[in-house]
Amino acid sequence: MTGLLVIPPLTALVLLALWGRPRLQAAVSLAGMLALLGAAAHLLLLLAVAPGGILVWTVGGWSAPLGIVLVADRLAAALVVVSTLVGVACVLAARSPHDDPARHPAWHPLVHLLMWGVCGAFCTGDLFNLFVWFEVMLMASFTLIALGGGRERLEGAVKYVAMNLVSSVLFLCGCGILYGVCGTLNMADLARIIAAAGTPPAVQAAGGCLLAAFLLKSAAFPLFAWLPASYHTAAPATVALFSALLTKVGIYAVLRLTVTIMPLSGTLLQPILLWVALATMVVGVLGAATQMEMKRILSFHIVSQVGYMLLSIAIGGATALAAAVFYLIHHILVKSNLFLIVGLAAAHGGAEDVRRLGGLRRFPLLYAGFLISAASLAGIPPLSGFFAKLATVRAAAEAGQWVAVAVALAVGFLTLYSMVKLHREAFAKEAPAAPVPLAGAGWATAAVLVLATGTVLIGLGAGPLWRWSLAVGSELAARTPYIEAVLKATP
Amino acid sequence: MSVLLAVLTGLLVAAGTWLVLQRRLLHLVLGIGLLGHAANLLVFAAGGVSESPAFAPGGTPLPGAADPLPQALVLTAIVIGFGATAFLLALAWRAFRTLGDDDLPGWCGSEPPLEDDHPEPRP
Repeated sequence: MTGLLVIPPLTALVLLALWGRPRLQAAVSLAGMLALLGAAAHLLLLLAVAPGGILVWTVGGWSAPLGIVLVADRLAAALVVVSTLVGVACVLAARSPHDDPARHPAWHPLVHLLMWGVCGAFCTGDLFNLFVWFEVMLMASFTLIALGGGRERLEGAVKYVAMNLVSSVLFLCGCGILYGVCGTLNMADLARIIAAAGTPPAVQAAGGCLLAAFLLKSAAFPLFAWLPASYHTAAPATVALFSALLTKVGIYAVLRLTVTIMPLSGTLLQPILLWVALATMVVGVLGAATQMEMKRILSFHIVSQVGYMLLSIAIGGATALAAAVFYLIHHILVKSNLFLIVGLAAAHGGAEDVRRLGGLRRFPLLYAGFLISAASLAGIPPLSGFFAKLATVRAAAEAGQWVAVAVALAVGFLTLYSMVKLHREAFAKEAPAAPVPLAGAGWATAAVLVLATGTVLIGLGAGPLWRWSLAVGSELAARTPYIEAVLKATP
Repeated sequence: MSVLLAVLTGLLVAAGTWLVLQRRLLHLVLGIGLLGHAANLLVFAAGGVSESPAFAPGGTPLPGAADPLPQALVLTAIVIGFGATAFLLALAWRAFRTLGDDDLPGWCGSEPPLEDDHPEPRP
């Protein structure tokens, strides 16, 4: 746990000292990210042998609820591992010359600061501390998205920054109200108090504020428009990192809020979250169907996939939460890989618009990576997306939410349509102008293959991973293991 | 005092929301700043308002003292808000210089096109 929160800022410091020496910076950045992946994997291994499966660190020797605690349960540890794996892939991909803003000397330090915020957000056990980690992550992402300048990028950046600052204001308001009512901001202590006293209107209001803030960050309907307006302007490696991490941290926060802190069942917020999830799925996929530029298509698909995860969270219960966990892990890998792939495709073909591309099947490794990721996103067996969607649909069916089942299947079909469009236009049809192989694209292709291997492995190991997800889901749904582990932890 | 804080928070939220909904870039920046101040006041009020010092000499808590923790939280939030506003201002300035105007509804170059039947890139 210490490694997760110490390695990224130290790496960023070293990288700042190497300002203007790109080759050295890229090497140190990769080493730092691999070290972080090692620390994350170490945490996951520690958890596998820890009694109870939850590790708690009391920062500064102050035990909860007085001090700030860092908590790693299996969900947090797994997300940290997957996130850092994506981090490694993106740092690798940034070495390819088509990724222009990633040439900026500030890119690598900022990426490590972003990872710092992400790791902190996954591991904290305190609501206000989560706010601070969110801000660490956001400040890094603000700068990353604007890096390189240019009309479209600055325009997108202003929209992205403004919406995220509004979300931070809502987050802070929620924290304030919750502290005023409960007298604590420790997540486990809040959960204990709310479980004992129920959810009075003031707590529900605070929950509404926090939920709105987190949903805005995860780009849920109706506050999703900032995402397709800004993501496509960023560099391939940057947007691959964003698509994997930022909205997913938002979903993780929704999960912590609505499962650990205040269970939604019986409150007004549950049907709201359910309908928000369905609307997010439909609007996202319809938006993607109308687009012709690759990054814009994928940006809208982020929105639509966020809906699937929110749907599982809204349904609640061990099986549905297990589906959400499985979906999160699958989605982080597949989505960032698709962004890396279309970055490469645009560099080879010289265009973002699929109608002006073609013939990219001539690059066999890229083509293989695309086929795996696109088929997985669309939910074709035996890849990871199929099992993620199957679990979601099954959870919805078990809960008797037949509208949700129908919507999930229809949206899956439309996702397939989008992926077929990408395949036919960019890869299969003959090119208007022959694609030019890009010198130095090997790094980005290697990153694509790393992530594609991850997707295939999830598909092949779906059985064990699903059983593991079920264990995580029932631990989340039971709530008491988390609360007891945190409140009984001693320095 | 609490009523005063509540009214002030309400006013700040109202003014901030109004400013955020305006067309101009600078209004947006100022509006987000005001909304941030409103949130800070809300957190501050959550700890209770009193005129007695938070920390009493000798370790005996004073009756009716305010909770010092929200004040520490607000301090953190103010610093973060300051940094975020400074960044937003710098970004807004750069965007204004690059795009040449600050009329937000005209900023649709990064928006998904509504109807795009032309394979040629837009000018």
